[in-house]
Amino acid sequence: MLASGFVLEFLKGPTLALQDFYLLTGRAMRNVVRQPHYTDDIKLQMDSIGVGSIPIVLLTGFFSGAVMALQMGRALQQYGQTGRTGTVVSIILVRELGPVLTALMVAGRNASGIASELGSMKVTEQIDAMRALGTDPIQKLVTPRMIATGVMLPCLTVIDDFVGMVGGWIIGKLLYDLDALQYWSQTWHALVWSDVVQGLLKPFVYSFVISLIGCFYGLRASGGTQGVGRATTQAMVAASVTILILNLFMGLIFVKYSGN
Amino acid sequence: MAAANLLEFDKVSVEFEAGVLVLDQISFAVPEGQTRIILGAAGSGKTVLLKTAMGLNRTCAGRVSLLGEDITDKPENQLFDIRARVGMLFQDSALFDSMTVAQNVAYPLLNQKSIQVPRDKMEEKVRESLRFVELEHALVKYPSELSGGMRRRAAIARAVVTGPPLLLYDSPTAGLDPITAHTIMALIIKERDMDNTTALVVTHRYQDGNLVANFRYNPDSGTLDPSGDRATNTVFMVLREGRLVFEGAQTELEACSDSYVQKFVKKPEMAA
Ligand SMILES: Nc1ncnc2c1ncn2[C@@H]1O[C@H](COP(=O)(O)OP(=O)(O)OP(=O)(O)O)[C@@H](O)[C@H]1O
Ligand SMILES: [Mg+2]
Repeated sequence: MLASGFVLEFLKGPTLALQDFYLLTGRAMRNVVRQPHYTDDIKLQMDSIGVGSIPIVLLTGFFSGAVMALQMGRALQQYGQTGRTGTVVSIILVRELGPVLTALMVAGRNASGIASELGSMKVTEQIDAMRALGTDPIQKLVTPRMIATGVMLPCLTVIDDFVGMVGGWIIGKLLYDLDALQYWSQTWHALVWSDVVQGLLKPFVYSFVISLIGCFYGLRASGGTQGVGRATTQAMVAASVTILILNLFMGLIFVKYSGN
Repeated sequence: MAAANLLEFDKVSVEFEAGVLVLDQISFAVPEGQTRIILGAAGSGKTVLLKTAMGLNRTCAGRVSLLGEDITDKPENQLFDIRARVGMLFQDSALFDSMTVAQNVAYPLLNQKSIQVPRDKMEEKVRESLRFVELEHALVKYPSELSGGMRRRAAIARAVVTGPPLLLYDSPTAGLDPITAHTIMALIIKERDMDNTTALVVTHRYQDGNLVANFRYNPDSGTLDPSGDRATNTVFMVLREGRLVFEGAQTELEACSDSYVQKFVKKPEMAA
């Protein structure tokens, strides 16, 4: 009796939080089709989340592609198949590494950024002021961030994939003396439709994880600047972990239903 | 009819954690034209009371009616039109720090659906409101570039720009030097006397209440003059740990024998 009471008490917090998260998600989604639309805020967020993340995405993409070509080239060398490096790099980048690394980078940069921005607004009563002055904070703050991330993250992933292939090609050229035409035609032909769908659907799903978790922790912040710091860290950790878990599940689903 | 009451609390209780009442069965009514001074120690629930009046907090018992409408169980999207007719000054000003002072003041004009201000009148309105608080020169500054007193004034400008009949001021003088605090109180009295607004003023300082009760704004000299025989409609209210422990006129407040209430009262000659 005592033990079950304790377990219930222990589960109450997370359950309530999850419920709040679903409510927030529901409201933010509903607002997509509701007036008023804050298009200026959407543009602003696209700029800060999308354009602002390009440098970091270029760097991650390039180096992850390069290191993959390095290792794959060496492994394939044992079978005398260095020539197939392009195929392997392309498939892994588009299916897995591109989406997940881009999402993790953007989570580190923007889930925490969103949480700290909204958290500061929360603890300084700006969120209440917004409500008092006729705006719904979810409509004004959450929905624009959700839309902006949903549009920008797939684009960033495409950039990341491409830059990764370039990185792979440079390493392949320098270390294994790969032929450019062969490499690029392999990267292109290796991809089938389901890879492309997978490579774009994943970032689209992760974009909601990033924006909504960032907003959720931000809007829940309490207890001054310390609370904002806590919300920021929690948002980043929760978003990253959720992305990694979802990545496995989405991978499993694609393997099961597309046969590769 | 009770329509003349701009704000009415009927046995309102608020709790954030189960079992801890932050407001405990509060009842009062604010008729049109009245200014209500709310005194109380830190943590006694003054801010929560004002937020509850605006429907920013959920109540756990009792009813709140604002501008003649029962807002207790209204969903958020139906509250916006009522809130549009109430101005609120938040304790820490709560200016949007990503916007300039002018954008902050224009915010309610742009976002309150029920308030239709033509685009070309917008700037004029914003300027007028900032002129009222003597901040016209700070139009393009960001809140972080202002002093605490200037921020408070900008927030007052934002609260009054739509010309609301009811104003809620949360600790307008807290943390300010006596001169700036006096300036802010003068603005509140000026707003009351120029536009005949009804107001709730939360404060720790008895002299603020004394000013409101006994002085009037003189539009010719721009200063505060003793109200003399033109008595003001000022009521005092004291909160203690979420309970209303005193409600009445200034003379009753000064005569009150409760030791908690007495702590807030300083003799007027020391005050003004
Ligand atoms: N959002 C909230 N969640 C939980 N508790 C809250 C919340 N807001 C206020 N409280 C609690 O309610 C009580 C009253 O707070 P309130 O802010 O109204 O005090 P106050 O009278 O305005 O004090 P001060 O003069 O310091 O501003 C405090 O004990 C506070 O901890
Ligand atoms: Mg307060």
